[in-house]
This record gives sequence, structure tokens and C-alpha cells, in this order.
Amino acid sequence: MKPSSEPIFWMLFGGGGMLSALIGPVLILVTGILVPFGLLLPQDTMSYDRMLAFAQHPLAKLAVLVVISLFMFHGCHRTLHSLHDLGVHTGTGAKVAFYGVATLATLLTAGLLLVIGF
Amino acid sequence: MPIDTTTRTIEIECLRYDPQTDTEPHFSSYQVPFSDDMSVLEGLQYIKDQLDGSLTFRWSCRMAICGSCGQEVNGVPVLSCHTFLRDYFPHKLRIEPLNNFPIIRDLVIDQNDFLDKLESVKPYLVTKLEKPLAAGPHLQTPQQLNRYYAYSQCINCLLCYAACPQYGLNSDFTGPAALALLHRYNADSRDQGWQVRAEVINADAGVWGCTLVGYCSEVCPKAVDPAHAINQNKVNSAMDFFGVLKLMNKGGTE
Ligand code: SF4
Ligand code: FES
Repeated sequence: MKPSSEPIFWMLFGGGGMLSALIGPVLILVTGILVPFGLLLPQDTMSYDRMLAFAQHPLAKLAVLVVISLFMFHGCHRTLHSLHDLGVHTGTGAKVAFYGVATLATLLTAGLLLVIGF
Repeated sequence: MPIDTTTRTIEIECLRYDPQTDTEPHFSSYQVPFSDDMSVLEGLQYIKDQLDGSLTFRWSCRMAICGSCGQEVNGVPVLSCHTFLRDYFPHKLRIEPLNNFPIIRDLVIDQNDFLDKLESVKPYLVTKLEKPLAAGPHLQTPQQLNRYYAYSQCINCLLCYAACPQYGLNSDFTGPAALALLHRYNADSRDQGWQVRAEVINADAGVWGCTLVGYCSEVCPKAVDPAHAINQNKVNSAMDFFGVLKLMNKGGTE
């Protein structure tokens, strides 16, 4: 029996799970409810200029990349395993597809973060 | 609660299957008089003694210790000696052999797959050097004992395998009880066998075959908590994968 490659994806999954549990609900509350409805925070909190300035800071870039990437790996891993639980046969192809999506999202985010400059 | 000794009658529906005469399993129904102190196993014994001597099922200790009387009662894996008829009355019981195993006959399943897996985890102390008898007993602190005690309580009843959806989907999975016993020895301060068990633990069919459904721990009559054992070892297996165990000089590499 050869060692499973699962530890890599399980760590990414675990990291994403921890992060999403810690900040996921707060992110949804702030970006999805409070700011759009102007509750507690002014509606222009997330104006284009401000968000651009935010995303141009190196530390913010890192935070955005980590959040998007780990959330993607977490979601893809969970969905892949849930498909298996539902009796859908998930072979190497499905693995490549699901983790490929998460990898692509990571690379795309990194690329865009670089393109918008510092 | 005072014991009710009056006799009531309950319907027990049993799966019947004789591979020599039946093409597929079917159910037979029996009316069983019972008193409050009668277990489901005693109900089956009543059927065998009084109604149909051909009904086949395993049992031995009738006190939840031998692990041979596991059955599905109304779809839930239980020890039939540890489950009472009164708790189902006035409804009927439907008794089937444990899920996820081939049926040998009626309620008797073929355990060979599990026995092979049990052997594969080397469920005994693996030590680098044999300690001479003259060196005296190998002492353990209560703390060291606690690390594995719960996992040593397994009676190999296989309720957890019947409960495990992953084993049901893919019987290559080493499964809850065997992995819990693997951990029982790895967690023992006298054991240095991490490496000889690593192949089983680190494989896709090892701890990584588990998706933490947790039903195994729910049905376990001995509170072994195999789900916890497995998930502790996902951490160990990941550390082994990234070489951290070696760095920590764990896993019997000293
Ligand atoms: S872990 Fe529990 S349910 Fe599984 S075989 Fe052992 S005693 Fe039975
Ligand atoms: S008869 Fe031994 S556990 Fe039930």
C-alpha cells in the first residue's frame, strides 16, 4: 500500500476550515449585510478607491490570497468527499478537476493581486 | 422501575437466507411472548427453541462482552443481548444481519474481511528489544494507561463496520475497529511499532478513508470512540508525511 497524498489536501482543507470558521461569518456580515445596507458602517466603506488602496498593501494582498485560496481548497475538498459519500464515483479525474479549480483560483488571485500593483 | 413480569406478545420479523435453497433473502415473522427482562437475543432464542429451530444466529456470553451477537434491529446496529424487547413494544422489530458484510446464513455474517484487517494492524506490542523477565514488569503511570485504555475495550463486535458508510462504499477501508486497535498499540508507552503499522495507517484505505461521519462511535457498545482514534491519527499520519515525526524522533525511530 502506498502512502496517501491526502495529507497535503487535508492540511489545506483543515486550514481553510479553521479560517472559514473563524472569519467566514464575520466577512459575510460585514461585506454582505452591514456595508451594503449602511448599518453601523457607512455605505462607502467598501468603495472602489478604498478597496483598491486596501488590496495594494502587501499584507492585505497576503491576507486576500490566503483567505481565497484556503476557502477554495476547503470547499473543493469537502465537495469532492461529499460526492463520494453520495455514491458518485470520484477517481483521479475528479481529484484533478476539483483541486485544479482551487489551484487555478489561487493562481488567478495571485496574478490579479500583482496586476493591480503596490 | 419495578420489573413487569406479565407477558406480552411482540412481533419479530427476521431476515432469513439459506444459500443452499434461497436465491435471495426474505423475511419471516414470529409472534414472541416476552416479559420486561427479556433481551432481543432471548427473543431470538425463543424463536429457535419454540417456533423454528432452523433460525441461525451467533451468540455466546449474553452479557455484552464476547461481541458475537451484533444485529441490525430496525436498521440500527446493536448487540442483541444488550437491547431489550420492551423498548420496542408495541411496535414490531425487524432483525437483519449486520450491514456491509456477506451473509453466511440468516443472521450470521462472514467476518473474514475484518479478521484480515485486524491482523494487518499488528494488534500486539511491537518492541525493539525483548525485555528479559528478570528485568521485572514494565510499569506504566495511570496517565500512560489512560492514553490507550478506552481503545483497548473493543470486543470486535463489528457494529462500527455495519454503521460505517465509507466501509459500505469501499470495503478496502481498514475501518473503525481495526484502526482504533492500531491506535491502541501505537498509543501504548511500551510499544515502538509506529513504523511497522505506518503502511496501513498512511494509505488511502487507512485513516484517510475516513470522512469523520462519527456513526461508528455512536453505535459502539463499549465507548471505544473509533472516530476519535482515527482522527487523532490523521494528524500523526500528516506529520509522518511531512517528515515531522522523524524530526521529533517519534515512531520508534530512535
Ligand atoms: S470499536 Fe466498538 S463497535 Fe467497533 S468492534 Fe470495537 S466494540 Fe464493537
Ligand atoms: S452474546 Fe456476547 S456480546 Fe451479546
